[in-house]
Amino acid sequence: MAKTWEEINARIAAGNAVVLTAEEFAELAADEGLKKAAERVDVVTTGTFGPMCSSGVFLNFGHSDPPIKMGEITLNDVPASGGLAAVDTYLGITEPSLSRGVEYGGAHVVEDLIRGHAVRLKARGPGTDCYPRTEIDTWITLDDLNQAYFFNPRNAYQNYAVAVNSSDRTLYTYLGPLHPHLGNATYCSAGALSPLLNDPTYRTIGVGTRCFVAGAPGYVAWEGTQHNPNQERDEHGVPVKPAGTLAVIADLKQAQQEFFSAATMAGYGVSSFVGIGVPIPVLDEQIAETLALTDANIEATVFDYGVQRRARPALARVSYAQLRSGSIEIDGKQVPTGPISSLAVARRIATTLKSWVAERGFALTQPLEPLPQMGTQGVKPLEVRSEEAI
Amino acid sequence: MAKKRLDLTFPPRQSLKPVVYHLVKDFDIVPNIMRAQIQPEQEGRMLLEVTGGKEALADGIAFLESQGLTVREAASDICLDEERCVTCGLCTAVCRPKALTLSGEELVFDKDKCVYCEACVIACPRRAIALRF
Ligand code: SF4
Ligand code: SF4
Repeated sequence: MAKTWEEINARIAAGNAVVLTAEEFAELAADEGLKKAAERVDVVTTGTFGPMCSSGVFLNFGHSDPPIKMGEITLNDVPASGGLAAVDTYLGITEPSLSRGVEYGGAHVVEDLIRGHAVRLKARGPGTDCYPRTEIDTWITLDDLNQAYFFNPRNAYQNYAVAVNSSDRTLYTYLGPLHPHLGNATYCSAGALSPLLNDPTYRTIGVGTRCFVAGAPGYVAWEGTQHNPNQERDEHGVPVKPAGTLAVIADLKQAQQEFFSAATMAGYGVSSFVGIGVPIPVLDEQIAETLALTDANIEATVFDYGVQRRARPALARVSYAQLRSGSIEIDGKQVPTGPISSLAVARRIATTLKSWVAERGFALTQPLEPLPQMGTQGVKPLEVRSEEAI
Repeated sequence: MAKKRLDLTFPPRQSLKPVVYHLVKDFDIVPNIMRAQIQPEQEGRMLLEVTGGKEALADGIAFLESQGLTVREAASDICLDEERCVTCGLCTAVCRPKALTLSGEELVFDKDKCVYCEACVIACPRRAIALRF
């Protein structure tokens, strides 16, 4: 029997909702059948913890005396955007530091703030009648800030590429170092625990969905950048290539350090591991079916990063169970695999979110607006052309 | 037969002497060079695995020292900063000899398989691994 959002939220409020992680739900469905599992369980929680470059924070510093209109802002020597109002900024996590390069970037500043460390703020201003100060050099902590929140334009990729390298030199990519001649394969997805792989057609996840962002309660704010619902899908409707994405928003002050970690990818640059989790209501058997999928049923496509073009050749399709086994076969060759997304932390996120819903009354929100669905839009390339050619 | 991992430092003027040849020829030691950084007229460094009889090894080491080399037993370990590690597994993806592997959620290091290539040190996005060489 189908359940409504209201019924599920009423059970959450009363403290008797049945909540399982996606892995637990798959086990239950295997043991007792999909129908029973769908009836018995109200909410399934998901989680993922991998490098997500498209992340950053909005900060409001408050006004100094005399006040300054900040431009050329740096935080621990990492440039932040000065093109906002006088004491607002956006700090992108991939921004390298002016003095330490990619060993310390925007992500490290955000991690330092979450850890409660003091961060050095320097800025210059033009000196105007309302903002006469032209320079400031001070120290801030997260507590001192008026507002501090994540606004991550692209997180929680719905599936991702498996990367290999057919060329004859090691490549340093955002998916880690790739050995020549298909020497290794790296992949970056929580597989069966991943939020958008559990709701592949965006039935329950949309604008306004309450979720878990780096340990803080947050919301899906919009479709993520490069959201592409039109990718090839399997018989369950699950994309086999990178497809949908989420833009998320959450209070940085409530973030927890174990769910946000700065990263430096060798030869590539700064990034950050961001913990994202989404609770999914078990509305009916149809949604239960994709919630019950396991790593053995979900596939990703292997791309050759040795071909340095926009369209990289797809070499094979492999399941996450194969990837997790430590090696996959490509053209008859056994290729060792390794993840770059932490299954251990993904599980912790799904479990934490489970306790939020089951014990702390974390209510689910019905999307205010659906994410763009299949057939609506794809991802457009950027062509290099002259003004006359337009 | 015994096996040892030696961390050798060659003084600048010693770096061109064929000491490894003598280990084989005069002491019947089987050398396996795991890592080496040797250039003429510069201090050199070599991680050498040696296999041989106990006495032969002791004599071989004494010979190396007599040649002006500093010989230390290699600490032969990677140190993992567990507080920094997020168990992403990327180090396991670059470790060719499979000295680093994931067992479920846990990162496992098998010292005997490590060849001290430093691939994991470079790849770790959390800078959680250091090599004691
Ligand atoms: S790459 Fe670094 S952070 Fe990732 S598992 Fe290995 S040691 Fe831990
Ligand atoms: S140093 Fe090389 S062999 Fe040793 S654990 Fe690291 S990657 Fe593996």
